[in-house]
Amino acid sequence: MSHVLSLLVEDKPGLLTRVAGLFARRGFNIESLAVGVTEIEGLSRITVVVDVEETPLEQVTKQLNKLINVIKVVELEPNASVIREHLLVKVRVDATTRSQVLEAVNLFRASVVDVSTDALVIEVTGDSGKVHALLRLLEPYGVKEIARSGALAIGRGGKSITERVFKS
Amino acid sequence: MSLTDSNPTPPAAAKPATAAPELLTGSGAILKTLEMLGIKDVFGIPGGAIMPFYDELMSSTAVRHILVRHEQGAGHAAEGYALASGGIGVAIATSGPGATNLVTAIADAYMDSVPLLAITGQVFSSVMGTDAFQEVDIVGITMPIVKHSFLVKDPAEVPAIFAAAVQIATTGRPGPVLVDVTKDAQQNTAPFVWPPKVELPGYRPVTKAHGKQVVAAAQLLAEAKRPIIYVGGGVVRAKASAELKEFAQLVGAPVVTTLMARGAFPDSSPLHLGMPGMHGAVPAVLGFQESDLIVALGARFDDRVTGKVSEFAPDAQVIHVDIDPAEIGKIREAAIPIVGDVREVLIDLAVAFRDASAEHPADYADWWRRLETLRETYPLGWDDPTDGHLSPQAVIRRIGELSGPEAIFATGVGQHQMWAAQFIAHEHPGEFINSGGAGTMGFGVPAAMGAKVARPDRIVWAIDGDGSFQMTNQELATCAINDIPIKVAIINNSSLGMVRQWQTLFYEGRHSFTDLETGGGTQMIPDFVKLAEAYGALGIRVTKEEEIDPAIRLALETNDRPVVIDFVVSRDAMVWPMVPQGVGNSNVQYAREHAPHWGED
Repeated sequence: MSHVLSLLVEDKPGLLTRVAGLFARRGFNIESLAVGVTEIEGLSRITVVVDVEETPLEQVTKQLNKLINVIKVVELEPNASVIREHLLVKVRVDATTRSQVLEAVNLFRASVVDVSTDALVIEVTGDSGKVHALLRLLEPYGVKEIARSGALAIGRGGKSITERVFKS
Repeated sequence: MSLTDSNPTPPAAAKPATAAPELLTGSGAILKTLEMLGIKDVFGIPGGAIMPFYDELMSSTAVRHILVRHEQGAGHAAEGYALASGGIGVAIATSGPGATNLVTAIADAYMDSVPLLAITGQVFSSVMGTDAFQEVDIVGITMPIVKHSFLVKDPAEVPAIFAAAVQIATTGRPGPVLVDVTKDAQQNTAPFVWPPKVELPGYRPVTKAHGKQVVAAAQLLAEAKRPIIYVGGGVVRAKASAELKEFAQLVGAPVVTTLMARGAFPDSSPLHLGMPGMHGAVPAVLGFQESDLIVALGARFDDRVTGKVSEFAPDAQVIHVDIDPAEIGKIREAAIPIVGDVREVLIDLAVAFRDASAEHPADYADWWRRLETLRETYPLGWDDPTDGHLSPQAVIRRIGELSGPEAIFATGVGQHQMWAAQFIAHEHPGEFINSGGAGTMGFGVPAAMGAKVARPDRIVWAIDGDGSFQMTNQELATCAINDIPIKVAIINNSSLGMVRQWQTLFYEGRHSFTDLETGGGTQMIPDFVKLAEAYGALGIRVTKEEEIDPAIRLALETNDRPVVIDFVVSRDAMVWPMVPQGVGNSNVQYAREHAPHWGED
């Protein structure tokens, strides 16, 4: 069972190693990982999708919380959050298939970001279901290469994960 | 706060209060920070990448540096120092192999939650990552076995980082913290600002427990019929022995103390059932199996305590008190989790129990009748050997008796460690120092050395095995030269005894590579008496029963140098009781081929 965890962390050297090492050492499976800065200087946010049962998930969360540079760990429930992945895919095209591929791009509200005589690079953002569906549709034409981000997630509504972190 | 106020050696020229902060090298800043943090003793060995700091250390009058012979010795000495003093221990090494030699001690401190500050030199930051001479990524190597670690490249960061390191190592659930300092950070200068601004937004250990949980726990305890108080090393770390004693007496429930908690509750108390686990006392082991409520205090349900987890204490609910939330529910589900400092929780729990038992008086009379039966039927004991060699258990018990309840005992790992846990009367916390989680052979001599430095007023023994002793005995030189008169009892059974015991029991007696040839009737390599003398220690060999007492007495009277007694004991002696690995604790064997009866009665 997949769970989406959002980690608010101090942007310190080796932080990612500490987080990744913890997962490896405790035998937890990472499905995807995405790291980026936040609106607060010095703080980063890691979105990690883990494949664990409920009991180990509690262990994952507690062990992550023990890392000194981890400020907050929040599980984001799929129905109360927005979860997105980003995909870049290079598809083989020729004169006969180009228009069919472009039609698929439109249907998925994806966009073409690079064009050459024998290939298109397509960009799409969505939940993992949408990304997966587009890939499946493009497969028959010949997928030459993909680059796919880890999931990014944010809670719905007005609350923020960075609230009440620093009361300076 | 002005720097010169608390500086033991103020500079000759007094500066005006408004002066800019003093400029110090990174090395000078490390030394000054350690002084400010109250560090009195450190253990280490210099080398290229830590030389700037050693140059400062040479002139320090506030910090005593003890030059060890191997960095592992520095690490374990720092652990022994921390455990005997109740404070932090400090070990120092250079980069590369110096740093990797600390790794075992760091892992040991991590497993047993020992407050340890490991300071390592690192190559110049400009050459880091180029496989420079004596470069290893020690921060990376130790990442899974530290509570936290820092890499210092800028001397300005020294005060804040070292203050943070000590804070992290000593608070919450204690543990090892590594600070790796590049050589340029040691050499360059920066203004020394004290007190530093320590910012740890992600570090907030919870010490005060939820009141509701405490009340619920007290109610459960008052209603229980067969409760057992399971005391772990956390009670020692939290310095909660007095509160535990008061609580246990108020409740009147049986108490067990794990290997890491021996001494946290006095062995002489009638409430004490002894040590539980693989080599636990039968009443403690079966007490768990038959209990209906476990009150776990700073304990982590280690596999050496629980045996097969699915069969451990099958009828018991659990109240789990720990300062580390990750320990609660890790192995065994807790009906009532309580996150907090066990000392504070015990105070609150006592108050809540008074209220709860006023409404619902606790009645454990039947339970105690059952436990008394177990206690009478299965006292700890041993069979004397028949091969003409000494009984190791008898030797260890005598050392305990003659040294008195104030003595400190450090041990290696193996049979002698278990016997020391079983047959020495442990009355006070911080006096039984051993390697529990990691099971580090070679812990004994350096840990005893560290304990003796921390408590020079106390008798300090290393109860060691012939195998463990040979892993770190070079620190006898450190002891002899630095006036650290520890006493070492080698329980010499000429073998890696615990492994040999398992081979006897579980590998059809095939004693694969466990003979060490140190004992009676063997090549006796090395000759421990000659080795002791070579190190400037008093060496005594004991082969006969009547020599035991005089040798121990001579050791107790000799305080001008270390003492090593080579007790030539039987190699066939085994540690009993024993729960074989991988089976439920109800299968505890009291002695070989002798499982106790625990039917309805």
